[in-house]
Amino acid sequence: MSDQVAYFFQDLGQYLINGIAQGSIYALVALGYTMVYGIIRLINFAHGEFYMVGAFVGLFLIQAHLPFIIALPCAMLGSGLLAVTVERLVYRPIRKAGKIQALITALGVSLLLQYLGQNLLGADPRPFPDALENKTYMMGPLMISKIQLIIIVTTVILMGALRYLVMYTKIGKAMRATSYNLEAAELMGIDTNKIISFTFFVGAALAGAAGVLVGMYYNTVEPMMGMIPGLKAFVAAVLGGIGVIPGAVLGGLVLGVAENLVIGFWVSTYRDAIAFAILIIILLIRPAGLLGRNTREKV
Amino acid sequence: MNLVSYLGPLLQNAGVFIILALGLNLINGIAGQFSLGHAGFWAVGAYVGASYGVFFAPAFLPDFVNLLISNVLAIIAASIAGILVGVPCLRLRGDYLAIATLGFGEIIRIIINNLDVVGGPRGFTNIPHWSNLFWIYLWVVICVVMLANLLRGTHGRAIISIREDEIAAAAMGVNTTKYKTLAFVIGAGMAGLAGSLFAHAQQFIHPSSFSFMWSVIILLMIILGGMGSMTGAIVGAVFLTFLPEFLRLFGETVSEWRMVIYSLLLIFLMLLRPQGIFGKHEFNLKRLWPVKTGDAK
Repeated sequence: MSDQVAYFFQDLGQYLINGIAQGSIYALVALGYTMVYGIIRLINFAHGEFYMVGAFVGLFLIQAHLPFIIALPCAMLGSGLLAVTVERLVYRPIRKAGKIQALITALGVSLLLQYLGQNLLGADPRPFPDALENKTYMMGPLMISKIQLIIIVTTVILMGALRYLVMYTKIGKAMRATSYNLEAAELMGIDTNKIISFTFFVGAALAGAAGVLVGMYYNTVEPMMGMIPGLKAFVAAVLGGIGVIPGAVLGGLVLGVAENLVIGFWVSTYRDAIAFAILIIILLIRPAGLLGRNTREKV
Repeated sequence: MNLVSYLGPLLQNAGVFIILALGLNLINGIAGQFSLGHAGFWAVGAYVGASYGVFFAPAFLPDFVNLLISNVLAIIAASIAGILVGVPCLRLRGDYLAIATLGFGEIIRIIINNLDVVGGPRGFTNIPHWSNLFWIYLWVVICVVMLANLLRGTHGRAIISIREDEIAAAAMGVNTTKYKTLAFVIGAGMAGLAGSLFAHAQQFIHPSSFSFMWSVIILLMIILGGMGSMTGAIVGAVFLTFLPEFLRLFGETVSEWRMVIYSLLLIFLMLLRPQGIFGKHEFNLKRLWPVKTGDAK
């Protein structure tokens, strides 16, 4: 009996570690969703594709024998620049048209990038070369792989950097002001268009980093890889309270852990359904999310 | 190739998509509730109708009676799914509703993927070939007449008022929850009907035939035609069913780029003509050639 209990806790610990690694990736992607939503109230469906593009840039650079430490920032730059281009060409003209129009446009951009990727790069999954030799460390009875460690450490570093950027720099202050009230920020002399572009850049760069990490974790990248993780990261952002930056991190971790517990203790085939079930439950019970505040719509 | 055997399946698909687009138009265009899970209801209808055909249909009944039973069962099943999804989700607004319905659509597909009875990821085979052009277009006509009558009556006015301004509609005494759910359930039921007709025309269905991509394509149909216009939904559905065939004339490479073309179409429509071809209007001869009446002397 006590053996069984010990095994149970060992399994539980293992699933928690896997869940935190997975959740860190969701959290990185969710941050971009939440920042963009916080600033222009747009669900950027194409965010999952920024993550895919980051993964491909990382793949090409690592195939060119560049070390991980250089490939990661380059991939972040690549998806960031793509996001700024998309924002400038598509989202800026549609911003005034209305929420649903903007949402449909974002959907269009997402499909466009997916299928452009499929036609230009081929639909087959590509193996991700081993950038680092993989080792497994034992912490007592629990295993943690080197890649999981790298994912968690990179995520913590990037989140620390984001926190510094948003809370302690001038442009971060402008971002917070714009997200609090766009018109008022504009009246105070903030170039909101620039701030929105910058927010897209930062969000997409984080997603690009997540793409490289996930490529290393699962050893495979493909043009359609952004769709489901993108939706799940959105769920994570809603779970934490959309528009709230710490909420996205919390939501991502909760989602990653929940998913891995379900896979571990129940069935793996329902893996993708869990996120949506969580989304629907959270929207019904607490639409503002775990850390969000409730706002009523005014007439 | 024989023209009839080439056009027949295309026209059947066009009919199925007209019913789907009309249903989604009721939810998105007329009631103003943005749903992205239409393919989910389509899948429910297709699998329920096909299951009846494969497992339960008594052989002594003539085919068309079996088809009608299958249609009705599919409508009922998809409507129930519509109630299950609609009642909780319709409390949400705008973009949240879109994501929640998207989530439900995906859940439905994942559940079907895990149901071994109906083939799971292998697809559902040997579905009896019952539907044909006549029955599909009979249902199209029934749907158009029903919707046109609905929209001219009290219930239709109430549904439209929700699209125009939900808060004002509620203040005028419209039971917004009831009418939103009504529109959603009718739309879902029509998707179920389309599913059962589709299953009995194709004889083979697969969970990935009902993926999120199809929800987007149906959405593109009604946006292209003009959200809120029934004529628009029909034109959009026919246009997008024939467009891939038309693109095939330009060689295989162009038709491989079909989804790229669709997404560009979606983006440019939103940027340049968000109201679509018809806007909220119906096709109307009187608008094209106004006839002076009465005081013409």
